[in-house]
Formats: sequence, structure tokens, C-alpha cells
Amino acid sequence: MITFEPEFFLKRNRDIDEVTLRAIAREVRKDILKMTSNAQSGHPGGAMSATDIIVTLYYYKMRHNPLNPKWEERDRFVLSKGHVCPALYSVLARTGYFPLEKLMEFRKIDGDLQGHPDMHKTPGIEISTGSLGHGIGAAVGMALGLKLSGSDSKVYCMIGDGEAQEGSVWEATMAASHYNLSNLVVILDNNNLQIDGPVDEVMSIYPAAEKWRAFGWNVMEINGHDFKEIKEALDRADRSKFKPTIIIAKTVKGKGVSFMENRAEWHGKALPPELLKEALKELGEIV
Amino acid sequence: MEKVSLRDAYGDTLVKLGEKDERIVVLDADLSGSTKTAKFAKRFPERFFNMGIAETNMMNTAAGLATTGKIPFVSTFAIFGTGRAWEAVRQTICYPNLSVKIVCTHGGITVGEDGASHQALEDVANMRNIPNMRVIVPADDVETRAVIRKIAYTDGPFYVRLTREKFPRIFDEETFKFEIGKGHVLREGEDVTVIANGVMTSFALLAAEELEREGISVEVIHMSCVKPIDSELIVKSAQKTGAVVTAEEHSIIGGLGSAVAEVLVENYPVPMERLGTPDVFGRSGKGWELLHYFGLDDKGIIEKVKKVLERKRR
Ligand SMILES: Cc1ncc(C[n+]2csc(CCOP(=O)(O)OP(=O)(O)O)c2C)c(N)n1
Ligand SMILES: [Mg+2]
Repeated sequence: MITFEPEFFLKRNRDIDEVTLRAIAREVRKDILKMTSNAQSGHPGGAMSATDIIVTLYYYKMRHNPLNPKWEERDRFVLSKGHVCPALYSVLARTGYFPLEKLMEFRKIDGDLQGHPDMHKTPGIEISTGSLGHGIGAAVGMALGLKLSGSDSKVYCMIGDGEAQEGSVWEATMAASHYNLSNLVVILDNNNLQIDGPVDEVMSIYPAAEKWRAFGWNVMEINGHDFKEIKEALDRADRSKFKPTIIIAKTVKGKGVSFMENRAEWHGKALPPELLKEALKELGEIV
Repeated sequence: MEKVSLRDAYGDTLVKLGEKDERIVVLDADLSGSTKTAKFAKRFPERFFNMGIAETNMMNTAAGLATTGKIPFVSTFAIFGTGRAWEAVRQTICYPNLSVKIVCTHGGITVGEDGASHQALEDVANMRNIPNMRVIVPADDVETRAVIRKIAYTDGPFYVRLTREKFPRIFDEETFKFEIGKGHVLREGEDVTVIANGVMTSFALLAAEELEREGISVEVIHMSCVKPIDSELIVKSAQKTGAVVTAEEHSIIGGLGSAVAEVLVENYPVPMERLGTPDVFGRSGKGWELLHYFGLDDKGIIEKVKKVLERKRR
């Protein structure tokens, strides 16, 4: 297991190479599949498309303190698409916020890891989410508050492409540029799938880049599974002086397991035990 | 008792209605597989509109469709349909009194593992407080089918609350009749009245049997129609038994318990106890596990009955 001392996370832009990030992401994907399979419930697909970005944020980019989750100088991460919390829970456990064993409490009646993030039950969760389209607004409020306090902390927020259909997402988008929130970085997990099918068939949000540009944002488009591109985009966002940044990350739902990739059916369905074994083998686990 | 799916009953009834009537249109917000409107979508793709994850706009769109003579059924999870979209329902559907039928699944705590964010424990309250809106909480598949057929051809807005979990079947397809604003006496009794809806009706029947063995005679009323509510039946039963317990898979604030209390307090006050979730959010767990965790079961009803009888004797 790849572990770091808690001090490692206290400064931004850490020295960690892409090979290491990829290895961590593989462990996180295994956690996602085990947690959801153990609960026979949850959302593996969108968690696996989000994994590489969340890993890069917590292991490379964000300044945070697993031993003191409420550390004032921390950067914030808001998972607006709250249903993919298994990815976040895994990263929080692996960076030291709580023991790894806790992951198996996911979605259980006597556990603390709720089906959607609960900021009072799980250390490291900045705000409770689960109903789509609200987290990004809360992220705007955090960015506004931090700016008002003269803090140099940044706010990172991940939204889904289906989630981007909510009107409230666009209200937040408008407010962020209106208040020049250059300390806000939104990542759009653009896997082009929602529950009922492909986003462009259910209710198109495209052209997405043009929309955010028209709303006054600094817009980047990257491959959300290329660690070098993710790191570079996050670094470039630091240089935005007045505008909020959105990183439109092309991703693959179910990324990492061949039979789950680009399949809407694995949005909200856990792997049965036989398929779990097969999936873990693909991810390099000896079973 | 056999457990049956209310949402499948809804989806199947929609298809049947659609076969007979071209005015039936259906809207959903990216949950058609779960709400079972996918059955209608498959059969009548040109009359099904997936509005994306945008519930507020879905309600406004349904209102617009209703003004063109269509009969829109609108579905999503209960919390999004009655919470997220609340003001669109109030302003654009209820204020103009349009014939939009809001049928939501995943009401209550039995949503299960998704947890608090998805468990609608306020939906009945949210809808009951809007003028013109009528609110129905069926107990099983038989009643669901009857309700859907009825509201399709009754003018004005409706909210029907369905669930993810399957519930025990209570009614007989041959004999069951649904009338808006009428409760059903499922069992007559002398000592106490239990008024329930949704899954709690089946628990009320279990509790009544158990209590009978202890010599307590329970009248069980199924009150799916929370608004308009059957005041006459409530008062008549209270006059007979002198004590009332309500049971619902919903917060004790604003739902069936509140509606019954409103009737009693103005017409025939008797000791009353409300069973529901006590002004708290839910949590993750399996649906049936959570019912027992929150005391929403026969045991919970029996406790409330004993408490209310204690107060009646004083
Ligand atoms: C307001 C709201 N409506 C509906 C849902 C139910 N729901 C959960 S996930 C989901 C699809 C999300 O799609 P997307 O944002 O693309 O997520 P991803 O593909 O990243 O998993 C829906 C409709 C919800 N959580 N919140
Ligand atoms: Mg998506």
C-alpha cells in the first residue's frame, strides 16, 4: 500500500509522479467495487470516471490535513455529484482521515459512511450532498467566504455532466463569474452518461465549453484519465486572476474494468460477487 | 401477505391508459427505469419526454402541456418532485389549477441505502399545503392502479406517493373501489382507532390482531387520501372509540398525523398519538431495516396504542 506521512499533504503541488498516482487510482477503483459490492448498492460507474481526478487533487494538488480535517488553511473539495462518494471515501481513508476498515460500513445501517456524503458523519466531507445541482452553489459560497476572509485557500468542486442539466448549476455558474471567484475550480466529469442513457440523447448540455466561456469562465478541456493533463490543468487554474475555472474532463464511466466501461447500466448497480472477482483481477488484484 | 411493487403497478397502468387515450403524456427526469415510466417510454416514445435532471423545468413544462389539452403524468423521486420543484408546482400547476398528475416513487424511509438526501419524509406535507393540490398515499398495487385510473380523468392537480420497496398486498382487485376523499374501514373496533396509509396500513392490521389477543379492540382505517381527508369518517370513529393513533412513513409534521389532528381538534378532540419519523433526517440502511430502526412497524403502533389508551383512561 502506498502511504505518506500526514505532513506530506500540508503543501500544494507535491512531488508525486504519474506512475504512483496511477497505482493509487487502481487501489481506489478496487475499493469502490468492493464497497458497492459489499453493500450490494451504490454507484460504481461515475465513481470510476471521477477517480483519477479526485486522486490527483488529494495526492498532488490540494493543501489538506488528514489529521486535522478542519484545518483553517486547507483547500476545499466539494463533491457536487455526491452519489460517487465511494471514490472520495476511499481517498479520504487512504490519505489518513479514517481507517480503511471503515470503508466496509458503506451504506450499512450501523455505519457512518452514508450512501451520499454527510459532513457530520464523515471527517473530510466539506458539505453534505446527494441531490444534484446544489454542491456547486455551496462551493461558490465557500469561495466567496474564503475570499472575503483574505484566505488563499482554493475551492475545488466536481460536477457531473447529467448534473449540469439542473438550472441551479447555471445559477451558480453565473454567480461565480459575477463575483470574480478565481479561487474556484470546477471539474466537469464529462463521461457523457447519466442514468437513462447518453447525456446528448437524454438532454444535451453541449456545446459545454462555449456555454461556460459565455458565462465568463476560464475554460480548459482535458483527458480526465491522463494524470499529466490533470496536473497541468490544475496548475494552470492557479494562474487565473479574475475568472473562475472549469476543467472539462473527458472521462469514461466505469473506467478501469473492460465490461463496465461506457455502460449506463453500471451507474447505480453494484457488481455481484462473481463479477467482482473478475473486475478485481482486471485491476491486478490476486484473487 | 404477498409483497407487491407499487411502482410497477404505476408503469403498467400508464401503458394501459396510453393505449386508450392519446392525450396521456409522460415526463420524467432521468429516472424512468426507477419510476417505471420507462414502460410507457418504450411503448409510446413520441409521447414520453425525458426532461433531463431538471425537475423544476419538468413541472413547468407539464403545466404548459396541460394547457394544450394533454394529460401529463410527471414522475421522479418524491424528494425532487415535491422539494426541488416545489415552487413550480405551486405557481404553475396549482395556482392555475391545471390537470397535472405528479406521481413520485421513492417516498419515505424505505428508499433505503441512498440515505437521508433521498428519503422524502416531508413530501406529503410539501404537497398538502398547496391549495388545489390533492394528496394520495396508496398501500398496495391494487390501490395504485385504481388511483392512477381515477386521477387521469379527474380535473386538477394530484400528488401520488409511491415507494421503492414492495409492500404487502391488502386489497382485492375484484372488490376494491377508490373514491377521492374516502377512507376505508378495514377492521371495526371499540377501544381505539388506528388511521394509517402506505406501508403502515399493513402494520396497523398486524398490530390490531396482536392487540385483540390482549383484549384490546382496534378499529383500523386506511386513509390513502390525505387531502381531501375523510373528516366525517374520522369524527365518527373517534366518537365511537375515544382515542386515535395515526401511523405513516413520513415525518410527524405536516402529514397524515397532522391532517387527522386538524380534523379532531376542531370537531371532536380525543387523546391522540402520532407515529412517524420524529422531525429527523433518515439514514442509510436497507428499507425494511430502517422501518424497524425508526419504530415504523406493528410494535411501534402497539406502543402508541397503549400510550393513547393510558391517556384515555385518565
Ligand atoms: C436533483 C436530483 N435529481 C435526480 C437525482 C437522481 N440521480 C442520481 S445520479 C443521477 C445521474 C447523474 O448523472 P451524472 O451527473 O452524469 O453523474 P455520473 O455520470 O458522473 O455518475 C441521477 C438522475 C439526484 N441525485 N438529484
Ligand atoms: Mg455523467
